[in-house]
Amino acid sequence: MKTQSFQPQLPTFWWLQRGNYRRYMLRELTSLPIAVYAVWLILALLRLGQGAEAWAAFRASLATPAAIGLQLIVLVFAVVHSVSWFALAPRTMPIYIGTRRVADAWIAAAHYLAWAVLSVLIFLAIGV
Amino acid sequence: MGASNKPVLWLPFAAGGMLAALALPALVAVVLLDSLGRLPGGGLDYARVSAWIGNPWIAIALFAFVSLVLWHAAHRLRMTLQDLGVRRPGARRVAARLCYLGAGLFTFVLGYQLI
Repeated sequence: MKTQSFQPQLPTFWWLQRGNYRRYMLRELTSLPIAVYAVWLILALLRLGQGAEAWAAFRASLATPAAIGLQLIVLVFAVVHSVSWFALAPRTMPIYIGTRRVADAWIAAAHYLAWAVLSVLIFLAIGV
Repeated sequence: MGASNKPVLWLPFAAGGMLAALALPALVAVVLLDSLGRLPGGGLDYARVSAWIGNPWIAIALFAFVSLVLWHAAHRLRMTLQDLGVRRPGARRVAARLCYLGAGLFTFVLGYQLI
């Protein structure tokens, strides 16, 4: 039996039509640079496994203007991801004490605090 | 109602999203500073980095971090492709397979390299 299904028609650039659609698409599109960076990290580990010379060549390739530009883009999108993720956290993980719901601002603040502490620890562990 | 595969997809999505939100900006910033030659101390030279990776706990943590972040991004990218116009059922299936198989392939490479 052939069933007729409703095919909704959306314009290709529907997500440019409103401010909150644009913010939504910006948030969702953080996935692309983050995926690229995750693959980049895996390639880095492959090069590391090939020895000191391969690692030095990989590090030199990261210092080219194109690679630095790409890393800057990833950094901006990674921060957008963090901020948008923490903004959603009170809604995706509401916390109740007894029957009272913990205020959104407290949940967001706890995430920002964890972000700050972990960032400092990462910098101290591998940066210095 | 049939069994849903959604919890299986969502749990690593949420875990990877949280890990990326907490740790990725700092990691990207440290690597970027190293690329600019602005990292105080030894920088990310071979001896230091291979010593870290040689520690099994760091290797396991790194495997969990990178694979969950990759899974998070693959799942979100699949959904974003639908938003951007990949809507016909056949095309959606192809997009889903590309995202998940790509993430699976690189997770395998990562695991092979680290463990």
